[in-house]
Amino acid sequence: MGELRHLINITDLSVKELDHLMTVADDIIAHPEKYQDACAHKKLATLFFEPSTRTRLSFTAAMMELGGNVLGFASADTSSSKKGESVSDTIIMAGCYADIIAMRHPKEGAPVVGAVKSSVPIINAGDGGHFHPTQTLTDLMTIHRKKGEIGNFTVGLCGDLKYGRTVHSLIEALLRYKGIKYYLIAPEELRLPGYIREMLDEAGVEWHEVESLDEAIPELDILYMTRIQQERFPSWEEYEKLKDSFILTRAMLKPAKEDMIIMHPLPRVNEIDVDVDDDPRACYFYQALMGKYIRMALILYLLGIK
Amino acid sequence: MNIDGINTGYVLDHIKAGKGFELYHLLGLDKADCTVAIIQRASSAKYGMKDIIKIDADIPLDYDLIGYIDTNITVNVVKDRKLVKKVRPAPPEILTDVIECRNPRCITSVERGIPQKFRLIDKEARSYRCVYCDTLYRENK
Repeated sequence: MGELRHLINITDLSVKELDHLMTVADDIIAHPEKYQDACAHKKLATLFFEPSTRTRLSFTAAMMELGGNVLGFASADTSSSKKGESVSDTIIMAGCYADIIAMRHPKEGAPVVGAVKSSVPIINAGDGGHFHPTQTLTDLMTIHRKKGEIGNFTVGLCGDLKYGRTVHSLIEALLRYKGIKYYLIAPEELRLPGYIREMLDEAGVEWHEVESLDEAIPELDILYMTRIQQERFPSWEEYEKLKDSFILTRAMLKPAKEDMIIMHPLPRVNEIDVDVDDDPRACYFYQALMGKYIRMALILYLLGIK
Repeated sequence: MNIDGINTGYVLDHIKAGKGFELYHLLGLDKADCTVAIIQRASSAKYGMKDIIKIDADIPLDYDLIGYIDTNITVNVVKDRKLVKKVRPAPPEILTDVIECRNPRCITSVERGIPQKFRLIDKEARSYRCVYCDTLYRENK
């Protein structure tokens, strides 16, 4: 038995390990039958202290397709945390019943606390506005499948770049790859935080900040959309004024490259018009599918199953 | 003002003026069973003003805490009225149970029995990040 590994942040995995996970996920897609019993008699505990749709379902589907079983809870209301049980105690208890844990918790750093006490691998399935590494894995897998490599492209990140944790983690992950140019598309109020702009500078990559999608779209190989929440704006008038600059419509795609891909971590509200869904460049539902395969590869890896 | 020299113990010199009492409490000197003197706002050729703590006993000292409070502090170790060692403690790589995370969304705000831990990220600026939620903490900010 090797050293117990957890996934708290995307940077816990080296580029070599990321490559390995994507290679395994490719193999799962090509030969699903090889993996259908890979986790037979293994159990995944999904401890979701706050609700989630995609993440919990994709973890559940991933473990089921590996032939394993899933147990857990879908909200804090249906767990003992409502009675005041600590995260540490819940994790120790879950380790008695399961071989691996995927946990989501509203408090930042909860998986770090869990990892200290856990006897089984812990996967951070989102801790408040902090980290969500399996979303980043999903994004990387989608890029890998659609672009053939992670590197040598121009990516536009659009929407709420200030509070959007998926964007922060994705940038952190992409900075480890070569030849990537960045367009940061956001209103002044929702600009990327200073410390991440400093990371871009330190990495010596080319990056541009623009305030409308139209400006950037012809340059992009990947457009990564995020949701803009009205409550992030100082006033409703301000939101009304700016929101259309960040809503993608089919008409706006005219100057875009033929092979550009449109990504979104979902849920989408209105930032991508539904008429974009039929465009071959839209791949946000494909992205959700890739989330299942890369989570299958991750579960195998953390359980030490070849 | 005269304060007697010490026989065996420590003289914590060059403490930033106004920080003496904070360090006194952090080091648990209020509970120490020995003579301790705090000199506040003494004149200093180097810094203008400084605080000094004299401890007249060979008690265990937490050098990490001293390094966290101020990297300019010099610890003079005295034995039988003679200076035997001068130490300038560096800020610790991990700071445990000294400061508390101010982020209300941090797990430390609700979880019982876990240490408050911070990782040093910038030695010069003495800035730390919470090991749980990564909230930045800079001394005096």
